[in-house]
Amino acid sequence: MAYSEKVVDHYQNPRNVGSFGASTEVKTRTDIGVGIVGAPECGDVMQLQLKVTADGVIEDAKFKCFGCGSAIASSSLATEWVKGRTIDQALQIKNSQIVEELALPPVKIHCSVLAEDSIRAAIEDWKKKNGIAVDEASHAH
Amino acid sequence: MAVHTPIYLDNAATTRCDPRVVEAMLPYFSEKFGNAGSRNHRFGWDAEDGIETAREQAARLIGAESKEVIFTSGATESNNLAVKGAAEIYAKAPAGQQGRGHIITCTIEHKAVLDPCKRLQREGFEVTFLDPPSDGVITADMVRAAMRPDTILVSIMWANNEIGTINEVPQIGQLCHEKGVIFHTDGTQWVGKMPTDVERDCIDLLSWSGHKMYGPKGVGALYVRRRKPRVRLEALIDGGGQERGMRSGTQNVTGIVGFGKACELCLAGMEHDRERLLKLRRRLEDGLAGRMEVVQVNGNRDRRVPHISNISFGFVEGESLMMGIKDIACSSGSACTSASLEPSYVLKGLGVGDELAHSSLRLSFSRWTTEEEVDFAIESILKAVEHLRKLSPLYDLYKEGVDLSTIEWQHH
Ligand SMILES: Cc1ncc(COP(=O)(O)O)c(C=O)c1O
Repeated sequence: MAYSEKVVDHYQNPRNVGSFGASTEVKTRTDIGVGIVGAPECGDVMQLQLKVTADGVIEDAKFKCFGCGSAIASSSLATEWVKGRTIDQALQIKNSQIVEELALPPVKIHCSVLAEDSIRAAIEDWKKKNGIAVDEASHAH
Repeated sequence: MAVHTPIYLDNAATTRCDPRVVEAMLPYFSEKFGNAGSRNHRFGWDAEDGIETAREQAARLIGAESKEVIFTSGATESNNLAVKGAAEIYAKAPAGQQGRGHIITCTIEHKAVLDPCKRLQREGFEVTFLDPPSDGVITADMVRAAMRPDTILVSIMWANNEIGTINEVPQIGQLCHEKGVIFHTDGTQWVGKMPTDVERDCIDLLSWSGHKMYGPKGVGALYVRRRKPRVRLEALIDGGGQERGMRSGTQNVTGIVGFGKACELCLAGMEHDRERLLKLRRRLEDGLAGRMEVVQVNGNRDRRVPHISNISFGFVEGESLMMGIKDIACSSGSACTSASLEPSYVLKGLGVGDELAHSSLRLSFSRWTTEEEVDFAIESILKAVEHLRKLSPLYDLYKEGVDLSTIEWQHH
């Protein structure tokens, strides 16, 4: 399979790789929202951690990804796009925009869906930790 | 010696055609271009001579008589002819009825055996698909336990194409002969690399292919036993009656000549090639396992053909790993490299955890693979795995001491 230049670039130079601490540590931090989506047996697991200010602005984002090159690129791109946005703005990010930006072929669309899901899951986690009602419509699919 | 990239380590998929094979083929394109069926002139006789020489070369490689070798378009056709052709002849009831007989095969066969068996299932035969144990080796005891009074055919591959494991072929053959059941084996990854003797190994039908053993693509052979027992087959392709009526159609003379030459070369160089391949594989596997954690060689370590190595690298996904080693041509068991998005059914069949099945590479060597190339592959793979583990949330969890199987993942 031939990859787009952008996918290759994200694969070789992934942006914002990492985490804000061990999984047990970030679990209790109210300024961090964690989204882990996918499953090892499906071949993709994405972990997105968002550092969010009290008024809902995403200050920083970190990701880790087990998956193909397109999955890595989708999650890397997602961290770039959410940084500096409010959570409501971040929830506007659609997987189709990721598909377009990375020129993903049809068989790789699920990678972009997973990236969108990881944003939703991380924001949900942050909301729960901060006692904010989770909008049902924003549930990960 | 300098290493030229990309390096080809996908010889279980296909091999480069040996230049000596190409040379043997050339006259049959433009000088000896006759139809082997033309009995009345020189051109036909030359073509026929070429084919008969090839038939002898092929027979010698497997310890058969030349009359017992049928040329086909490859192992896929040989497997189809063997399985469907034998089932039709030895059926216990005519087409259209149920209870036509029982067939034993296994779940990690090549699709060229599995799919014909599935078709036969729809056509009134009963098929047992044996599940391999975790080391991948199908034993005679497993086949014995599945035998029934109405078993007519056993088809168990000799060596598996993804993991290289060797099934208990002589023992399964003996069992079949004791029970009077026809035994077919897909020898595509075995023949030419390992000593083969259809008498000693008790084989009735044996498939193999030219392009896996330094011959041309689109040509293969099926050994059909003529004595004790005389095996009969229903042809799949009817027409001019070539190949003892079992495979009609003007023979692919150039391909067959190349196939014969490839058989001759494999026989002559077998011991030497085998030693070399084993050394290369050991170098690769020791080189990787010695320098990385959570590396698993799949399949029985000792019962494997020498040219195939299937290795899982924990916590990294196979397609992304291939992306990181783009100077190395190889295969992955990862879902993402297949059209079906399913991880390798062979590795799954072995009970290799799905995440390890997604993390596997198949590296396979040829008679031209060098130690330098293997060393280059080791370094590239190490670098790519390191890069990807830095990205891997699974590796973090492993490092934190979390058992991945205890986590509830979000399936989608
Ligand atoms: C074990 C096995 N059987 C059958 C085949 C099919 O061979 P061919 O390409 O000659 O049809 C292959 C190769 O893909 C194989 O590895």
